[in-house]
Amino acid sequence: MKESAQKVARHFLIELLMYAVLVSIYFALVLRFLGSWLDWLFRDHRDYYAAVSILIMLGQAVGLERVLALFSHIARGGKK
Amino acid sequence: MFFPISGVHINPFLLGILGFVIGVLAGFFGVGGSFLSGPSLFALGMPYNFVVGTDLIHIVGKSIVAARQHRTLGNIDLKLAGVMVIGTIVGSETGVQAIEGLKRSGEVNLVVGLTAIIIFTAISLFAGWESWQALRQSRRAGANPSGSRRDVLAFDKVAKAFQGFAWAPRIRLDQSGIAAISIWSIILVSYVGGFFSGFLGGGAGYIRMPAMVYLLGVPTHVAVGTDLFEIIISAGYGSIRHAMNGNVDILVALVMHTGAAVGAQLGARLTQYFSGPWIRLAFAPLPLLGGILIAVGLTTGHHH
Repeated sequence: MKESAQKVARHFLIELLMYAVLVSIYFALVLRFLGSWLDWLFRDHRDYYAAVSILIMLGQAVGLERVLALFSHIARGGKK
Repeated sequence: MFFPISGVHINPFLLGILGFVIGVLAGFFGVGGSFLSGPSLFALGMPYNFVVGTDLIHIVGKSIVAARQHRTLGNIDLKLAGVMVIGTIVGSETGVQAIEGLKRSGEVNLVVGLTAIIIFTAISLFAGWESWQALRQSRRAGANPSGSRRDVLAFDKVAKAFQGFAWAPRIRLDQSGIAAISIWSIILVSYVGGFFSGFLGGGAGYIRMPAMVYLLGVPTHVAVGTDLFEIIISAGYGSIRHAMNGNVDILVALVMHTGAAVGAQLGARLTQYFSGPWIRLAFAPLPLLGGILIAVGLTTGHHH
């Protein structure tokens, strides 16, 4: 069933705020701890770099989707 | 901030915002958004070979989120996507090899940039004209285009002619409402899309999505969902190939994807408020914007 556009916008803004905080922490951690290791893989082990890159991206996609689903659930006050 | 893999300085929050905008477009239009993200990365100073690979891997992550949303809405034709993967992978490999050839000749930025400008401009003009015609048709027929999900195509006859190719084997696509279509028509469309995916970067949904609608006759909402699903497989393959060739900066891709993930959810939710011709009309100016960004990148002298 269609939700009203106003309701969608309100839920989305709440989700976005929670998400912005999480993403800022995530940026700091990933760029600080993974940056030099991935750079080393890129320079010296290109095949491993390719495999690791796609796995990290898939992991991040699935992980963020779950986090967003949780935030959406919270923003709607626990309703489906 | 310095990204050591590609050797560029880019503000990570700018990348996150760029990812968000592209994510909304991906969820709404069913395209990877590479007609904007690629040119934007290029305009930010990234060499074109890195633009192509990095954009492609970020699209893999983003499409998973958007495709799952579309699956929930019943917008994915799995049979069609399965056939398209064949043509896309072969086309993508052709595009990757073309990029490698241009890298060796040292002309990659100029040739790929000019090709992208021509393709993006043509798509914008065509999509704008077609959707405008379709809206006029639906108004004449007395339909309410803003409130209806019924799809109207100005190119209905072209789609019917394409479906009429008798080369065996022909398959039935229930989800798309197509009684019979040659498998070769689908493979041809996906091969062209795959080539541009490997050559210009991204999932090439800006070519494949309109081609599915106008040539194969797939309803816009199903084309959007199916294209996203197909992009996961084809762009995944292209990403691995580009990463092995040293064309992927995964750190840039990860940062962009954090914005794209949330944007894609919003875009997919918005599709339920618009009909097919309106979605296509809104899509029309975006590739042109991408073409302008590439022209800026080529003329500002970031790239040598």
